[in-house]
Formats: sequence, structure tokens, C-alpha cells
Amino acid sequence: MIGEALIVSAILFVIGVVGVLTRRNAIILFMCVELMLNAVNLSFVALSTQHGVTGHVFVIMVMTIAAAEAAVGLAIVIAVFRHFGTVDLSALRLLRD
Amino acid sequence: MTTFYQFQFYLFSLLAIASALLFVTRRNPVPAALWLVNVMFALSGLYVMLDAPFVGVIQVLVYAGAIMVVFVFVVMLLNLGRSEITDLRALGARLGAGFVGLALLANLLVVQRGRVPTSALAPAADNAVTPVAVSLFSDYLVAFELTSVVLLVAIVGAVLLAKKRVQV
Repeated sequence: MIGEALIVSAILFVIGVVGVLTRRNAIILFMCVELMLNAVNLSFVALSTQHGVTGHVFVIMVMTIAAAEAAVGLAIVIAVFRHFGTVDLSALRLLRD
Repeated sequence: MTTFYQFQFYLFSLLAIASALLFVTRRNPVPAALWLVNVMFALSGLYVMLDAPFVGVIQVLVYAGAIMVVFVFVVMLLNLGRSEITDLRALGARLGAGFVGLALLANLLVVQRGRVPTSALAPAADNAVTPVAVSLFSDYLVAFELTSVVLLVAIVGAVLLAKKRVQV
């Protein structure tokens, strides 16, 4: 079942990448990043059935970092919304105009 | 028994992929967040089937229970629940993203076909938590403690960023 799990992990990761590349809503972008982290976690867990529990420890670390990233990232989104009045990333063009 | 296991495994995999596709195609952030919660439940089922029940429980508690609540809370706070016109990028960017996605998928599948070095399968422990805990608190103790520092910095940073601007 490891091969199937790795394939599912690859598909989920690619869905996350395509979401990041095609959407402009900052919150949906963050959720796509979370999906990519989850895909990597799945491959860690799948491989740890062969290589011991180190993969589980890595998954716990990744979850902690994901929680920290969500907190800081959403605080940044709130600050951006307060400044620009939108979370549309194409509205953030201070360096272009 | 084996076929039932396989059936369940494919069911959870299909659920995860279908929910992820629905998640990434929703326009409104709130249904997107709920579909992402569905992905996380399906992944939790996969973790349990891959001999990692503790990680499965943590997945439901932390990801579906805490992180996604923060996302939905921010959507509510910023009043973004209305469907807006569309937030898709232009056609060229979408085609480029599709190309990048296909290339990445092909790349990952080729890498996946490489031989995974197999070692003797560890016997499933009676207690799901003990091996993880022993590893976490002996081999990776320094990383574990550093993680707490990261969380503290994240809390302070989030409060500072989200606070109303004060005149200094």
C-alpha cells in the first residue's frame, strides 16, 4: 500500500501547487499550502511503515510548524486587509505602479 | 481481509483526492475550508490504515479542529464569505499552472517508481503512542524544545501583526 499512498500524496501535492498558482485569494492560497503540507505528511507516514517511527515524529513537527505558519500568515492577511481593504493578491501592486 | 483493507484504502484515497479537487475549485472560501476539513478527515483514515493511529488522532485534533477553525474564523472576521466575481488568474497563468502541475505530477510519479529501500517491517506495537514518544523525547529532544520556541515566537508575532497600529 506504500506505492498507492505515495501516488495519492503526489496527486494531493500537485493539486495544492496548482491552487497556489491559479488563485488570487490569499486565504485560499494559505489553505492550498496546508494541503501541500498534508500531502508531504502522508508520504512521511507511508514511508514510516518501512523505516520506523521517525516519520511520525517528523509529521508531528510539521504539524506544529503548520500551526505556527497559519497563525502568523493569517495575522499578515488581517494586516493586509486592514491596509488595502481586500485580500486579493493582485491588488497588492505597490512595486508595479 | 486484505481485499477489505484495500477497498477501504482506495475509498479513503478517492475521498481525499475528490475533496481536494472540490476544495481547489470552490470560489467561496467557506465551502473551500469545509472541503479541506474533509480532506483532512480522509487523510486521518489513511494514517490509521498505515499503522499510525496516533498521528491520525493528532491530525483530526490539530488540523481539522484547530488550524481550520482559525481559517474559518479569519474568513468570518474579514467578512469574506460572499462569493466574489472570481479570483482565478488570467488564462495564460492558468495554462502555465496546468503545465507546471502536469510536469510536477509526472516528475513525482517517476520518482515514486524508484525503488524504495525496504527494511524489515517493524512489528505493530500494542501501544501506539509509546514508540513515538520515546523517539520524540530522546532522539529529537532538542528539536522538540526548539519547536516550543518557534510556537512562542509565532504567538508574539501574530499578536504584534494583528494588533491595531499604535503610535510609537
